[in-house]
Amino acid sequence: MRARYGLRFAALAYLMLLLVLPVGLVFFRTFEHGLGPFWTAVTDPDFLHALWLTILIALIAVPLNTIFGVACALVIVRQRFRGKAVLNALIDLPFALSPVVVGLALFLVYARTGWFGPWLDAHGIQIVFALPAMVLATIFVSLPFVVREVVPVLREIGTEQEEAAWTLGASPLSTFRRITLPAIRWGITYGVVLTTARCLGEFGAVAVVSGNLIGKTQTLTLHVENRFQAFDLVGAYTASVVLAVLALMTLFLMNLFRKETPRVDSGPQGDEALR
Amino acid sequence: MSIAVRRVTKRFGNFVALDNVSVAIAGGSLTALLGPSGSGKSTLLRVIAGLEEPDEGNVLILGEHATGLPPQKRGVGFVFQHYAAFKHLTVRENVAFGLRIRKRPKAEIRERVDELLELVQLNGLAERYPGQLSGGQRQRMALARALAVEPKVLLLDEPFGALDARVRKELRAWLRRLHEDVHVTTVLVTHDQEEAMDVADRIVLMNEGRIEQTGKPRDLYEHPASEFVMGFVGPVNRLDDSFVRPHDFEIELEPNGTSRKAIVKRVVHLGFEVRVELALPDGHEIWVQLSRDQNEYLELESGQTVFVRPEKTTVFEPV
Repeated sequence: MRARYGLRFAALAYLMLLLVLPVGLVFFRTFEHGLGPFWTAVTDPDFLHALWLTILIALIAVPLNTIFGVACALVIVRQRFRGKAVLNALIDLPFALSPVVVGLALFLVYARTGWFGPWLDAHGIQIVFALPAMVLATIFVSLPFVVREVVPVLREIGTEQEEAAWTLGASPLSTFRRITLPAIRWGITYGVVLTTARCLGEFGAVAVVSGNLIGKTQTLTLHVENRFQAFDLVGAYTASVVLAVLALMTLFLMNLFRKETPRVDSGPQGDEALR
Repeated sequence: MSIAVRRVTKRFGNFVALDNVSVAIAGGSLTALLGPSGSGKSTLLRVIAGLEEPDEGNVLILGEHATGLPPQKRGVGFVFQHYAAFKHLTVRENVAFGLRIRKRPKAEIRERVDELLELVQLNGLAERYPGQLSGGQRQRMALARALAVEPKVLLLDEPFGALDARVRKELRAWLRRLHEDVHVTTVLVTHDQEEAMDVADRIVLMNEGRIEQTGKPRDLYEHPASEFVMGFVGPVNRLDDSFVRPHDFEIELEPNGTSRKAIVKRVVHLGFEVRVELALPDGHEIWVQLSRDQNEYLELESGQTVFVRPEKTTVFEPV
């Protein structure tokens, strides 16, 4: 008994000290002097631009990574080919690589002095220090989530349901839409939530490729850092709170979506009870 | 012929799943593809359905070439061992799936689905999800779903394999009755010889990617074409170069010239059947199946000396 309480205390204390307390304090500091300073901070044009930019990048990166992630998971689970193990390992690369390294790598390819630099320059296309590089960096770091969530679900459902749909006359596309997609939608949902959170919170890679130009290429995370360095603590706290609220909203929306669709558990219990 | 398979070969890597197989299945029949695991029976069924492409040979369904046609266009109904229920759809939506794909009018779909649910005795469960059904109910739903699109042939891949023994027996009898009502050409894959004999009017017995024998259940039992067939469709004793079914022995208490001496090792009572295990003088062991009445008359006990005589033996030409 004592050991059990000890374990529980250790787990909760760990969470309190490292998670709840710091995040709680950010909220507390933000509203410490009432809504006035908070309001000033959230109406600051630089803040608003950073917020818009963060949302815009997420709106581009999340759908792309979702489509790519599902396609990639299908290839990994349903197809056999040489080099599959390499592809599988490659997908985890963004997990293993520090975002700063990702930023530098993109820099090497797309900057004026980089590989494609001269060609891009000649055609008047700006990638680095502009939105395209920021989107690329964000896509890179948030790429594995949907794949990693969908692969195990696809493995588990197997191919029989799809084959049954074919014999009933459903085309491959129709089968994907009517059978595969509903079967993997929870995997996709969790993948999207994680991808979104990662996109909103990305700092390192974007910091390298964006140039951090205030009101131009500054995302919310960069804005937080910038305000913090400038001793505008309320500004930093406010932006942090908004980031946290955005992430919470994503979770909330996903839960809402989840409640709307019926979910029936199957398993041996249901089997036995109703035989 | 409803289905004709001609010289089909299918390999998976180095493994030859089907080795130059030809088979013809008569319209309206219920045929069992019987064989041990790895004999190619499921692969053959999947080749007929178009779920596997054969490396060589072709398949005809109702006289039309089906080779190269995708499963969508073959007009086959397929039922899987693990039901392949669409878990996110209700029983009604599962059964209606093929009709919806064909864009039939809603009223017609409703009527047809009600009819089928009645046929498979699931009328009260239309709004349930597959997760709320038992295994036997799920498999009946899968059958209704396959029948909904009025397939030219119905293909069942170990349909009762995942069910417990009691439900399996019930469903077998039920399938037999269903086939009498619906009369669609049906091919059933099974590794269970009793199931094949119980349900099918013809058996195609397969082994190692080849067909060993095709015929009525009784023909296979009484006139097996090979040692493999004889051993697979029923129990068998080897006696020198010949093979004897356990019920084809006569046990006597006195010698009569043609009988052999044996010692009773064990008597096992299995209700109506009594199994007598015997040892011949050379140490070779055989077993004999007696009825309870026969055994009561003989009053056999272990250790007793008796005389056995095979009444019917089968000898196969050496291959």
